[in-house]
Amino acid sequence: MTDLKHRILPTVQKPARYTGGEFGEVQKNPADVRVRVAFCFPDTYEIGMSNVGMRILYGVMNRMDGVWCERVFAPWGDMDEAMRKYNLPLWALESQSPVKDFDLIAFTIGYEMAYSNILNMMNLAGIPLHAKDRHDLKGIVFAGGVCTFNPEPLADFFDFFSLGEGEESTVEIIDLYDRAKAAGWSKEQFLREVAGIPGVYVPGFYRHEYNPDGTISAIVALDGAPETVTKRIVEDLDKAYWPEKMIVPSTEIVHDRANLEVFRGCIRGCRFCQAGFSCRPVRKKSPEVLYRQAVQTLAYSGHNEVTLSSLSTSDYRGLKELTDQMIPYCAEHRINLSVPSLRADNFSRELMEKLQTLRKSGLTFAPEAGTQRLRDVINKNLTEDEILCTCAQAFAGGWNNVKLYFMLGLPTETDEDVLGIAELVYKVIQAWKENAVNKKRGLRVHVATAYFVPKPHTPFQWEKQITPEEYLRRCRLLKDHFYSKSIEYNYHAPALSRLEAVFARGDRRLGPVIEEAVKKGAKLDGWDEYFNYSYWFDALREHGIDADFYTTRGYGEDEILPWDTIDVGVSKKFLLRERRRAYEGVVTPDCRHGCAGCGANALLKEVPCDA
Amino acid sequence: MLRLLFEKKGNAVWISHLDLMRLFQRAFQRAGLPLTHTQGFNPRPSVSIALPLSVGVESCCELLDFDLDGERVPYEQIRDRLNAQLVPGVHVLEVYAEGARKLKFLTCLDCAVTLEYDRGVPAGAKEQILELFGRESVPVEKKSKSAGIQEQNIIPMIHGLEIGQPDPQTLVLKARVCCQNPALNPMQLHAAIVRHLPELAPDFAKCARLEIYDNEGNIFR
Repeated sequence: MTDLKHRILPTVQKPARYTGGEFGEVQKNPADVRVRVAFCFPDTYEIGMSNVGMRILYGVMNRMDGVWCERVFAPWGDMDEAMRKYNLPLWALESQSPVKDFDLIAFTIGYEMAYSNILNMMNLAGIPLHAKDRHDLKGIVFAGGVCTFNPEPLADFFDFFSLGEGEESTVEIIDLYDRAKAAGWSKEQFLREVAGIPGVYVPGFYRHEYNPDGTISAIVALDGAPETVTKRIVEDLDKAYWPEKMIVPSTEIVHDRANLEVFRGCIRGCRFCQAGFSCRPVRKKSPEVLYRQAVQTLAYSGHNEVTLSSLSTSDYRGLKELTDQMIPYCAEHRINLSVPSLRADNFSRELMEKLQTLRKSGLTFAPEAGTQRLRDVINKNLTEDEILCTCAQAFAGGWNNVKLYFMLGLPTETDEDVLGIAELVYKVIQAWKENAVNKKRGLRVHVATAYFVPKPHTPFQWEKQITPEEYLRRCRLLKDHFYSKSIEYNYHAPALSRLEAVFARGDRRLGPVIEEAVKKGAKLDGWDEYFNYSYWFDALREHGIDADFYTTRGYGEDEILPWDTIDVGVSKKFLLRERRRAYEGVVTPDCRHGCAGCGANALLKEVPCDA
Repeated sequence: MLRLLFEKKGNAVWISHLDLMRLFQRAFQRAGLPLTHTQGFNPRPSVSIALPLSVGVESCCELLDFDLDGERVPYEQIRDRLNAQLVPGVHVLEVYAEGARKLKFLTCLDCAVTLEYDRGVPAGAKEQILELFGRESVPVEKKSKSAGIQEQNIIPMIHGLEIGQPDPQTLVLKARVCCQNPALNPMQLHAAIVRHLPELAPDFAKCARLEIYDNEGNIFR
């Protein structure tokens, strides 16, 4: 007789997401395993398997003796429903065993709107949501990922957080657990010990106190816990672990290709960008190591595409050397080499032509703001000339498709800045008229605006978010100034970005809100098919929480911020200085034109900052 | 052109047709067996699989046509090198070139539809099902992208059907059905029972492809 799971599989979309069995999956003999880790990604298989960080840490854990790390993803809605209907608990792919049987349950969290998926997955797994309701050493729940740089909204649910890059700290954490399990420690004893590992933050060791106006009056470190916890980094990326043998999914995923990270950190300092500050300092990988890893990775996986990724690949010093080696190899093996997030400089233009990436993807720019004044405020040093010059060349070469990305609601933005977007778009259309070789094919300009979300650990971490009404007014204002049929304008709906702003800068009082929204049915919030603002709206209201407190209020510079316990390396003093410069409209040159003194280089002991 | 015979079983039955093509393309690449590519603006590796199999259906008689670039590799080696690079459940049985026939001559297949009854197979089920498929006309709904939902009489597409009962809870319908122009999806046999003998609707049904034939009843390779 066919078992329950295999009776459900034919009834759901893309069942291969739930079965495991891919090429490169790690199987171990349970008799040799002392520590079992369920590595959970709080979104679907297609998204999670595209995440390089998860690929790395899967390899890191599985090469440890006696440790077996397995993958768990959020089920799609149809599977979610079936699992609830038939009481089928959430399982891990490799062994197909229930998540509640694992020793450690790890999450990687990269997006605030995945919070509902975390709780939903814990519910489906049948593990208690609250850390205080889980009493045993078995089934400890922890998390890492960029969202854990302000993990406070999740503080009730996690036993601890692992901050920053996990290649080394994950090994230390699991080694400790291995010893704890052998010695029969209590959960409390383990938490006390694990808090001693640099980069580990145990939220239960801190008490948050509040003023009558709702702001935080004190964060009290209990029982000798450190005042601040500093994120971990890997200093020498050439020596860092890299998984040459990566799982090759049997079903299509979002980034269905090999992916090589060429460096970490960013020299640019765009003032709205969380990754740009929280991933510092800049550390490179050498072209020789990257080339070797590219060849090994591609030979193992059989992929026909490889991406060189980073926050700004044009800033990789070894880019020419690496692509000079990669291009012949890729041509010989019929592999597409893609280099995303190139800047509009000359070398990049040549490289794009060599790679013929334009042919496939067209041109994409993210000027973020419509006027040079506002681009100076946000420190986005992409000039109108660069955009128009690159467009003109591309149009002359026969291309007829441009994408332009902007944000609305940036600090100091006025209607003039909003209309500046329309003007810039018209100049692009003009450039096409003057340079296009084949006007019959027409031009498509895709313009998209996002709703600015202030993020922790950026110079804009104190800023107000504009109201949803004001955001929509600015969208309409812009729309009314697009006359050309060539323009396709899309703007993000404000509800999601408003919630993102609430949770990005949220505190511990939001835990019950997340729990309530999930109880009402919130899940897969990143997906239009499932996002339902009313769950969140009602949950906030029922818990007496005003979203404006976290969004349109703005945070005071002398206010204690919920994430003050967490040190990502960039100093608050530097962020404040950058904020002042933003208001003065003064740009801060990229780190290669002189160190701006962000402080992140102090995280390095063995190598200098590569900015 | 070369052809290979492979089976798709176990967890691999959940891999869709398009994903299976990609899976083979990568397996060829990993095995160091470069595929020729199609001409044109977007060259694609030349692999094609005959008679797309529905997701969830297992088979021991799938055909994949391909062409290799570069020096000739012995067929047994192609088979073994591919098998080392495939996922559990997908297994190459044989690689050959000589005698590979045009796919248009592939007209029929044998399938097994397994019906599971958790409370035991109802009395008289076998006889009633045989009676059903002995009728002149058994209409079943057929969904198609272009025409929407249509009625289809499946009897002319069934060339022989027998029923076995391997255990008290399971019936297995073995049938030879048309698979090209026109084609009958074997799961329509299950649909026919659900519609015309609702009291015999099983708790679960699944399907397997057993063998493929030309129009003279010879095994097709």
